[in-house]
Amino acid sequence: MAKINFAVDGKPVTVDVDPNMPLLYTLRDDLKMKNPHFGCGLAQCGACTVHLDGEAIRSCVMPVSAVKGKKVTTIYGLGTPEKPHPLQTAYVQEQVPQCGYCLNGWVMTAAAYLKKNPKASDADLREGLSGLKCRCGTHVSIMRAIKRAQQQLA
Amino acid sequence: MNAPKDLALSRREFLKASGALVISSSGVVMMAESVGQGTAAGKPPLVPVELDSWIAVLPNGNVTAFFGKMDMGHGLEVAIAQIVADELDVELDKVHIDMSDTATSCNQGGASGSTGIQQGARPLRNASAEARRLLVDRAAQQWGVPAEQCSVNAGVISIADGRKVSYGELIGGRFFNSKVEWNKQVGNAMDVKGRAQPKSPSQYRVVGKEFPRRDVAGKVFGTRDWVTDIHVPGMLHARVIRPPHATGTPLKVDEGSIKSVKGARVVREKNFLAVVAPKEWDAVRAARMLKIEWSAKKDPFPEMANLHEYIRSAPVMNTEEAAMKGNVAAAFKTAARIVEAEYQWPFQSHASMGPACAIVDAQADHATLWTGTQKVHYARDGVAAMLGLPPEKVHGIWAYGPGSYGRNDGGDAAIDAALLSKLTGKPVRVQGMRADGTAWDPKGPACLHRARAALDASGKVIAYEFVSKGFSRANIATNESNPRDSLAGQEIGMPPKPELVFSVPAESYGFDNKRLAAEIIGPLLERSSPLRTSHFRDPLGPEIQFGSEQFIDELAAATGEDPVAFRLKYVTAPRDAAVIRAAAEKSNWQARPGPKGPKAGDLMSGRGIAYAQRSGTLVAVVAEVEVERKTGRVWAKKFTVAHDCGLIINPEGLRYAIEGNVVQGISRTLFEEVRFDRNMVTSVDWNTYPILDIRDTPQTIDFALINRPEVAPSGAGEPTMRVIPAAIANAFFDATGVRMRRVPMTPERVKAALAKA
Repeated sequence: MAKINFAVDGKPVTVDVDPNMPLLYTLRDDLKMKNPHFGCGLAQCGACTVHLDGEAIRSCVMPVSAVKGKKVTTIYGLGTPEKPHPLQTAYVQEQVPQCGYCLNGWVMTAAAYLKKNPKASDADLREGLSGLKCRCGTHVSIMRAIKRAQQQLA
Repeated sequence: MNAPKDLALSRREFLKASGALVISSSGVVMMAESVGQGTAAGKPPLVPVELDSWIAVLPNGNVTAFFGKMDMGHGLEVAIAQIVADELDVELDKVHIDMSDTATSCNQGGASGSTGIQQGARPLRNASAEARRLLVDRAAQQWGVPAEQCSVNAGVISIADGRKVSYGELIGGRFFNSKVEWNKQVGNAMDVKGRAQPKSPSQYRVVGKEFPRRDVAGKVFGTRDWVTDIHVPGMLHARVIRPPHATGTPLKVDEGSIKSVKGARVVREKNFLAVVAPKEWDAVRAARMLKIEWSAKKDPFPEMANLHEYIRSAPVMNTEEAAMKGNVAAAFKTAARIVEAEYQWPFQSHASMGPACAIVDAQADHATLWTGTQKVHYARDGVAAMLGLPPEKVHGIWAYGPGSYGRNDGGDAAIDAALLSKLTGKPVRVQGMRADGTAWDPKGPACLHRARAALDASGKVIAYEFVSKGFSRANIATNESNPRDSLAGQEIGMPPKPELVFSVPAESYGFDNKRLAAEIIGPLLERSSPLRTSHFRDPLGPEIQFGSEQFIDELAAATGEDPVAFRLKYVTAPRDAAVIRAAAEKSNWQARPGPKGPKAGDLMSGRGIAYAQRSGTLVAVVAEVEVERKTGRVWAKKFTVAHDCGLIINPEGLRYAIEGNVVQGISRTLFEEVRFDRNMVTSVDWNTYPILDIRDTPQTIDFALINRPEVAPSGAGEPTMRVIPAAIANAFFDATGVRMRRVPMTPERVKAALAKA
């Protein structure tokens, strides 16, 4: 067990946990956050994605010890209904979800990706987001939402 | 810009309003036990014949409708709200749909067979109409005027002299205490009727218009509760340990091997094995660390490469003779030419986005179940049976789960949690690991389809025979009410009772002599099998139509006719012809008598059509694909879907439901195949069970939605799924001149097929 300090969505937290435990379990079990989700535990799907100092990472394989002193942002901290991130607005406007369990991975990954590649083309987006999973088949809506958000970010 | 909002009164708010909500010490919502027996004093019993079982008017005039089905992601919730709002004449944003809580809704069968609107909306429509009638009568009586003189607008009843009264004033917070006529059916077919006549479609104000879903913002902002987010005070986390090979049973379990994990312990009954711990991560790592000696392998499965040879030679346990017209055998004897083909489909996994999760809190004389499954009322019955409690003593609560397309691992998780709560005496939360959702979920059946047709000298089809052979779509029953259909139930010795059921093509081809049949073979392994088969979205629809609609194309090519013209020549139902025409027109179908391809060069392109019926819905799809000769990659680039499900409730919701079908259908056609060896499923994650990636997402999905207000609405959650595989295969043929009669159409298979041509 080890005491680890970091910030989640702008708030400092201290947890006393197995330092090898993936960050996901701290967020969900210790801090009772509703996102991110457990999808695979293997960094193959993205449902657990959070930002670590602005980079999209898969929290299901990131040991909690690795976030010591860093800033973790979840989709809850990405934006709020009052002050939404453009991707969150676009997701609502485009009505992307089927079940919605995957959307955390797409929104958080795309948010980090668009920051670096605001003018990404259709082909760039397909490469940049490759590997994320959506089982309900919302991919066409996802592309629409990201392009809508791109316009707002531009 | 507009801030997104969840307009609906949430379930939590409703329960708060009715005084049945308790906040646990961890700040998480818990339902008071009393909620199981009605939410407020004086409420009539929760039975279909009580109007109060369907509709409630709150003191502020808002309306709650109690729905015994749930929205698994197709926008059903808002569609039901539209129907209720129109019948009651209340504003849409004043209608809340309370979905699938066994304490507040009758058993309408859960999500099942795309019946959410087709069957599920009927009792709500009728009950809403009846509630409106009663309220108008009450106002008319108070005013001493005939009811016909009253009109209703936005939940306010008024008459010409200016007098008005709101629903809230008339009955808010109180009960109708009025009976409706129940058709005595439980499940999908449940219906009730009052004395009121529901409105005619010409009177609808919100039905037929587009309204957004109500659950999107909560999901996008991370504020919505999922079943995975439920925390019950004192609960243990569990991981169930399923054997490393299909017939494995635990011989020796070394409990000392996890003693370094504080609080973790082994729970076992017969062949059911799990670890529990107060912390989730401790349950996960203890499950990994636990040393177990398993019984020997028994090679229950055939070699994967021989799967269809196995099916071909397996004894037929049941034959479904679904349609027989004329004398097929005699007609074949007179044939000038015979066309034949065989099509093959693999096992496929639901592979839901996350492995299933369920929580059960079993007390001595009652229990609570939280589940993301499709059928919470039946799951409640199953949990009750596992716990030895009467069903009415178990409260089943549905919450959003990680995806569901039929009987997936959700049905197993609920029984796992029940058994573990019973054995530990604590509330237990079970969530699987990835392999539980991919290797251990019930599978879509592997099968093959033999088609043959007799042509006369003019090329007319004089006889047609389509016979499927494969595993049943119900090795385990889908409705979850009996624990014998769960892995845990079978692991503790409950005898399984597999059913032998299949299906046949759904079309209206008017061949003079015609036979549609299915031969069903027994399960590979009767008990706790990772290859047990059950319902997977549009059960057997894509599997069968992949064969039948490709074969129709083969007949068109054999007779030198255009695939659209050929279908129109033989379909007999006018609505079937209409969707085929609509898809062809919308996609600018270029007629030709045979394939366009193969052309020289690496990139080939083509278009193909397929059509089918499904429980009253008609769908035709034109797929446009590109095929790369060198890599074998197929890109299903564009789709045009013509869809007729009668009256359209919400066109936007309908388009999204169809879109999901198209994309998941592409995935199943091009990528998905459960891998296995003689002893175990070896598809355990997304690398070993690949699905469609964003790189392979189509560029465009176009729609030709046919609205028929005069026809009662039918389903849209599954019909499109069944025509996607054949549409792609037919487009592939147009592009290359080569037939792909085996799914998935992987690059390796494509390259091999092109090389042979």
